[in-house]
Amino acid sequence: MTAPRDKLGRPIVVVTGMGVVTSLGAGKTDNWAKLTAGESGIRTVTRFPIDGLRSTMAGTVDFVPVEPFSSTGLTERLAEIATEEALQQSGIGRKGDFPGPLFLAVAPVEVEWPQRLELGRATASQEPSYDDLLRISGGGKYLAYHRRFMFGSVAARLAETFGTKGSPISLSTACASGATAIQLGVEAIRRGETDAALCVGADATVNPEAMVRFSLLSALSTHNDPPQAASRPFSKNRDGFVMAEGAGTLVLESYDAAVARGATILGVLAGCGELTDSFHRTRSSPDGKPIIGCVKKTLADAGMTPEQIDHINAHGTATPENDKMEYLGISAVFGERAKQIPVSSNKSMVGHTISAAGTVEAVFSLLTLEHQRIPPTINYDNPDPAILFDVVGNKARDATVTAVMSNSFGFGGQNASLILTREPA
Amino acid sequence: MTETRPAAEVWITGIGLATSLGEGLDANWDALQARRLNVDETGFAPYIVHPWAKVSLDAQIPKKGDQRQMEAWQRIGTYAAGLALDSAGVKGNKEILGRMDMIVAAGGGERDLAVDTGILSAQAKGNSAPGFLNERLMGDLRPTLFLAQLSNLLAGNIAIVHGVSGTSRTFMGEEVAGADAARIALARIAAGQSDIALIGGSHNGERKDLLVLYEFGDFNLKGRFAPVWARREHAGFALGSAGAFLVIESKAHAIARGAKPYARLTNVVADLARRNGTGDVKVTLEKLWSKLGELDGGGAIITGATGVEPVTSEERAFLEEHPDFAVRASGTSFGHTMETQFPLGIGLAALSISRGALFPPGDSSGVEIEMPKPPTQIVVLGVGHWRGEGMALVEAIK
Repeated sequence: MTAPRDKLGRPIVVVTGMGVVTSLGAGKTDNWAKLTAGESGIRTVTRFPIDGLRSTMAGTVDFVPVEPFSSTGLTERLAEIATEEALQQSGIGRKGDFPGPLFLAVAPVEVEWPQRLELGRATASQEPSYDDLLRISGGGKYLAYHRRFMFGSVAARLAETFGTKGSPISLSTACASGATAIQLGVEAIRRGETDAALCVGADATVNPEAMVRFSLLSALSTHNDPPQAASRPFSKNRDGFVMAEGAGTLVLESYDAAVARGATILGVLAGCGELTDSFHRTRSSPDGKPIIGCVKKTLADAGMTPEQIDHINAHGTATPENDKMEYLGISAVFGERAKQIPVSSNKSMVGHTISAAGTVEAVFSLLTLEHQRIPPTINYDNPDPAILFDVVGNKARDATVTAVMSNSFGFGGQNASLILTREPA
Repeated sequence: MTETRPAAEVWITGIGLATSLGEGLDANWDALQARRLNVDETGFAPYIVHPWAKVSLDAQIPKKGDQRQMEAWQRIGTYAAGLALDSAGVKGNKEILGRMDMIVAAGGGERDLAVDTGILSAQAKGNSAPGFLNERLMGDLRPTLFLAQLSNLLAGNIAIVHGVSGTSRTFMGEEVAGADAARIALARIAAGQSDIALIGGSHNGERKDLLVLYEFGDFNLKGRFAPVWARREHAGFALGSAGAFLVIESKAHAIARGAKPYARLTNVVADLARRNGTGDVKVTLEKLWSKLGELDGGGAIITGATGVEPVTSEERAFLEEHPDFAVRASGTSFGHTMETQFPLGIGLAALSISRGALFPPGDSSGVEIEMPKPPTQIVVLGVGHWRGEGMALVEAIK
């Protein structure tokens, strides 16, 4: 009989439902087929003009209509699609009545350019000032923009649609946001506050200003042609990440609650850890200590040793800095084993879904456990000789995988890692 | 098995306030005693804002380079976070800061208004070439502005400047994000998932981009200032400027390092009323009230009531059913600081308990009455202007 509690005496947290949307498609089936076939979802952007941009490709989700369009509106739709899939698989609760809280990883929200330009036109001024904008903003004509551009708007809407309980939390820990959403759910179940949590990450912020902002920080790849070859994790000629859109949802439950209702257990959230890097706003501490500490904390939280991890779903953004630091951190903890564990970066195909990445990659990690097959890192034709990972290059690899570590390291010193296993440890 | 582990008691051991009324506990306390206000009725007319009381930033953010990397909201927050760490006696204590958890409630940073209006002018003058927006943004945006706008970079700056580097989480979602930050940090410490945490937020009310956002919903107070409870016919909030941070830790952790508590943070609860019709906010508040713990009566309530309608009237109906609690609306004195209002409320509650007195009423509407005895229980209340309700119970340590 399996113990209902983990090695540290806490309720075991399991996954009973998952859903995903990326530039590869909607749903686990479609995503898994394309992911293991090494297909790229990265394309030249068609949503808006690309004239004057340094990077012109992204992993946009163009097959989900949203009217009127806004990045926040699309974010909400992607979150809904992923969540519907996860709830259907889980069979938990009833429609519109999820028996637990919502933790949503979401990009910061603000008024977007189409709306700002519309306001500018409405002022009828040749040189609109913010005072002019203020003059025409009230009176209820733009009430929908208040609702749309509140930071809590996506979470509030999801909470109403899916009937989650209590105050929904919208969070941002930059590129680690998705992992943090999962971590908040794990902690709540371990505290015994709830038997279930809905953990969602969604991001659909490929818009001109967001691309420009990352461009100006020199974070984006400029390998524009062909766009499919832009995202090159662990390659010598990698030159930045590719912005992308997507959503991932996990239904977390306590092992006891899942078993009691006869749910199928898809995997176990064995451990999570986070550690802040206080070195710099966009760069990692050169000694790698925060990443090392994050990985160690995660192993300790799971009560596991490096020998028990047999696959790393890397953060692997393909920025020169990230991949180097990720190797440094992992090899400091894993020693020689860092060169033997198969490592792969989903971002080579779906791009960097930023706020959603932690949840999207957790779904892919669980699918890896289910299918015993590791998705490839595509565009791996020029390995960086300084990164000695056993990169699963270009072709998917069958492997015995019992425990996956999924990493998320982001701007603002945000480091978070998860360990997912097939069975309770 | 750790199933029946008792919840740890949690103390508030540090308070950092940098507001429109001044920096530090004494300056804010004295201003409240004197019923002093700092309101700008002309600079953003017809809108009213509470401007931040300028400080010498170097005192908490010694490197000019760090100051330059931030916009005002981050400077305000990083400054206030430093005050909280000082107040708790952990500033510079690398061992504690290195494992301190942080939950920040944040919105986003100010836009570059000149860049925005430059683009709007170009549009008005007929520039509609396909890439005109891209080219203007590529050419005009300061590269580091993004980092000053990102919600999680307030926490990032606090980590860099003060070395708070255990964990870092940023909650967004307007007023209730402040309640949720306190709720999750408290739950983690109570359950033994954390020993010590820095929680709080910051807000800069002197922002036209924010006024536009709230003007979409006609939420801004216009024309003349009035206390929160005197706005029923003249509804709205006056944006405030404040950083409010707290250090909270388990009693055992505080005792072990010899820290002196201001008060106990007993409970924090939050919910999302559907607000489909009149009355559901009041129902939610009653539900939250019943979950707070044992209330002795004769306590106080510090509310972040906004002054927008109809929700302020609903809150008032709730308050009228608890007439033995002395009410204070922090929005009258500090303005509405959105994500920061709830941590500010907890800070004011802990400060009042530690000083053995509730600060005086802020208006003469009759909602706020004198409280002659020292408060031992203060309920902190936050009702979002459009969504989200939170409550905390702050108590004297017996």
